Amino acid sequence: MSALITVRHLVKRFGAKIVLRQMDFTVETGEFVALLGPNGAGKTTFIRILASLARPSLGEVWISGFRLPQQAAAVRRRLGVVSHQPLLYGDLSALENLQFFGRMYAVPALARRIQEVLELVGLSARQRDLVRTFSRGMQQRLAIGRAILHDPDLLLLDEPHTGLDQDACDMLDTALKQVATRGRTVVMTSHDLARIQDLASRFDVLTAGRIVSSRAAPDLPRDGLLAYYRQTLEQQRSPNGGGL
Amino acid sequence: MLQKPKLLTVLDVAAIAFFVAATGLVFFYAPLERVMGAVQKVFYFHVAAGWVGMLSFLVAAVVGIIYLIRKDMRWDFIGVAAIEIGIAFTMINVITGAIWARPIWNTWWTWDPRLTTATIMLLVYFAYLMLRSGIEEPERRGRFSAVYAIIGFLSVPLTFFSIRLFRTIHPVVIGSNDPGAMGAFDMTPAMTQVFLFSLLAFTVVYFDLLWHRIRLGRLAERVEALRLKVQS
Amino acid sequence: MSGLTSFLSAMGAVIWKDLRAEWRSREIVSAMLVFTLLVIIIFNFALDLQPNIRAGISAGVLWVTLAFAGTLGLNRSMAVEKDRGCLDGLLLAPVDRAAIYLGKALANLVFMLLVALIALPLYGILYNTNLFIPGLLLTVVLGAEGYVAVGTLLASMAVQARTRDILLPILLFPVAVPVVVAAVKATGGFLAGLAWSEIQPWITLLVVYDVIFTSVAFMVFDSIVEE
Repeated sequence: MSALITVRHLVKRFGAKIVLRQMDFTVETGEFVALLGPNGAGKTTFIRILASLARPSLGEVWISGFRLPQQAAAVRRRLGVVSHQPLLYGDLSALENLQFFGRMYAVPALARRIQEVLELVGLSARQRDLVRTFSRGMQQRLAIGRAILHDPDLLLLDEPHTGLDQDACDMLDTALKQVATRGRTVVMTSHDLARIQDLASRFDVLTAGRIVSSRAAPDLPRDGLLAYYRQTLEQQRSPNGGGL
Repeated sequence: MLQKPKLLTVLDVAAIAFFVAATGLVFFYAPLERVMGAVQKVFYFHVAAGWVGMLSFLVAAVVGIIYLIRKDMRWDFIGVAAIEIGIAFTMINVITGAIWARPIWNTWWTWDPRLTTATIMLLVYFAYLMLRSGIEEPERRGRFSAVYAIIGFLSVPLTFFSIRLFRTIHPVVIGSNDPGAMGAFDMTPAMTQVFLFSLLAFTVVYFDLLWHRIRLGRLAERVEALRLKVQS
Repeated sequence: MSGLTSFLSAMGAVIWKDLRAEWRSREIVSAMLVFTLLVIIIFNFALDLQPNIRAGISAGVLWVTLAFAGTLGLNRSMAVEKDRGCLDGLLLAPVDRAAIYLGKALANLVFMLLVALIALPLYGILYNTNLFIPGLLLTVVLGAEGYVAVGTLLASMAVQARTRDILLPILLFPVAVPVVVAAVKATGGFLAGLAWSEIQPWITLLVVYDVIFTSVAFMVFDSIVEE
C-alpha cells in the first residue's frame, strides 16, 4: 500500500439515500488533486470521510497505511483540513487560536512554529487581533495556517475560495502554493476552475457519487480544464456515455 | 417481510384472549375489597400497565446500548416502538392511578413517589419523541435516541428514590400487614391469582403491540426508500 | 507523551479556550446573571412571602434559578461550537473525544459556579439570611456538577437538532429531577440547621447521581459527536 490515500469501493448512505456509490480513488504522495463536480455530487461528504469526520457505510479508506475509521486517531495527526467554514474562534485572537490548536495537536516548539506559520500566511501583523474582526479572506488564510500548524502529510480543502474576493483569492493561492511545495499531498474540491488549473497536478471529476474521470495536468485537452470538465459531464448525462 | 407473519396472527389472537379473560376474572372472579369497594379493581390493570411501561423502557435502553455498539438500524426500530408503547401503558398507569385515588383519598392527584415518578418518566419519553422529531438524518437520530433512552432509564430509579425520600402515601400493597397505612389492603389468594394473571395478560398484549409497531416502522422505512428511488 | 498527559493537556486546552473566549465576550455569564436577577425579583412578587416563610422557600427559589440559568449557559456554550463549525475543528484534533467532553463540562461548571457565587450573596441580602455555610456550598458544587455533566451531553445533542433552543430544557429537566430535589432538600436542611444525619441521605443521592451520570456521559459522548 504505497499510495498515500487508497479508497476502495466506498459507499456512504444517509438513511435510504446513497451519496457515494462504490467509489475508488488513489492518491500518491506529493500529488495535488483537484476534485471537481456539480453540487450534490458528494464532494463534501467525501472530503469529510477522508477527514475522519464521517464514517464510511461500506468499503475501505486507507490513509498513510492507517485504516479509517478504526485507526482514525493516528490519521488525524497527519491531516490538515480547511473547510469553507473557518473553524476558528471569533472571540480569541489569531495567536490564541493557533495556541489552542497547537496544544490540541501537541505541536513541539509551539511558539516558534506559530510565528513561522503566521509569517507564511501573511498575518503576523494582525496576530493579536480578535478573529471576529478579520475579513473572510484573512480568516481563511488563518484557517490554512491552523491546518498546517502540526506539519501534516495531507491537506484536505473543501471549497476554500468560497465567499472570497479576487484579492483574497490571490493571497490564498499564494499561501496554498507555498504550502503545497513542501512535499505535501493536497486534495481540494473547488468550483473555481480557472484558479485550480494553475494549482493542481491532477483533475478528477466526481458526479453522482462516483469518480468518473481522472486526468493529469499535462494530459488535459487543448481547450483546457473547462472543456474537459464540461465534456465529462456531458458524457455522463448522455445515454451512450459512461452509464451510472 | 411484507407479509404478516403467521406467528403474529397467533399472537394477536392470544393477546385478545388473554385480555378478555383477565377482564372477566377482574370483574367476576376477584372478590370485592372490604374497605375500598369496586374501585379497588382498577388496581389490577393499574399495576400491570405500570409494570409493562417500565419493562418497555428497559427494553428501549438495552436496545439503545446494542444500537450504539452495532449501528444496525433494526435496533432503532425496536427502540422507538418500545418507547411509544411504553408511553401508552405508562399513561394508563397514571390515569388509573388518578381514578383509584379519587374515591379513596378524595383527590385526583397525590404527590406520591410511584405516581410522580411515572409522570416524570412520561415527560422523559415525550422529550425522547421531541428529540427524534428534531433530527432528520436516520443514523444520527438513532444514535441520539439510543443515548437518551439510556440516560432516561438510568434517571428513573434515582428519581424514584429522591421523591420517596420526600414523601410517601402510596399503598404498600404486597406483603404489608399494617392496617394503618392508607389505602393498604391484604390480598386474598383469589386476588393474587387475578393480579398475576393480569400481569401476564398485559405482557402478552405488550409484545403483540410491540411487534406490530416494529413492523409499522420497517414498512414506513421501506416506503421512504421506494419514494427516494422513484424521485431520483 | 503518555496517554494520560495528552488527555489532560487537551482537556486543559479546551477549558482555557472556553474561559478565555468567555472573558472576552462575557456573553454567557452576563446572560446567566441578568436572568438570575430577574428570576429573584419575579419570585419575590409572585410568591409574596412573609419573612419567616421566605427562609424555607429560598432553597427552592435558589435552585430553580440556578437550573434555568444553567440551561442558558449550556445552550450558549455549545452554540459557540456549532456556529462556526468549530466542533469539526475540535473533532479533527488527535485527542480522545472524552477529553473534549470533560473540558466543555468543566468550563460549564465554572460558569455555573460563578453565577452561584454572585447569586448567593444577592439572596443573602434580599432574604436576610446567611447563605455561606460550608455544607450549602458543598451542595451547590455537587448539584451543579451533576446538572452540568448531563447538561453538557444533552446540549451537544440539542444543538445538532432543528429545534435546538427549546429542546435542551425539555430533555434536561425530567432527567435532572433527582439532582434538583436532592439539592433543594440539602440546601434547605443546611439553612434550617438540621442535623447531619438528616441531610446526609440527600448528599449521598447527589454523589451517586454525579458519579453515575458523569461516567455514562463520558462514555457515550463519542457517539454523539461522530457522524
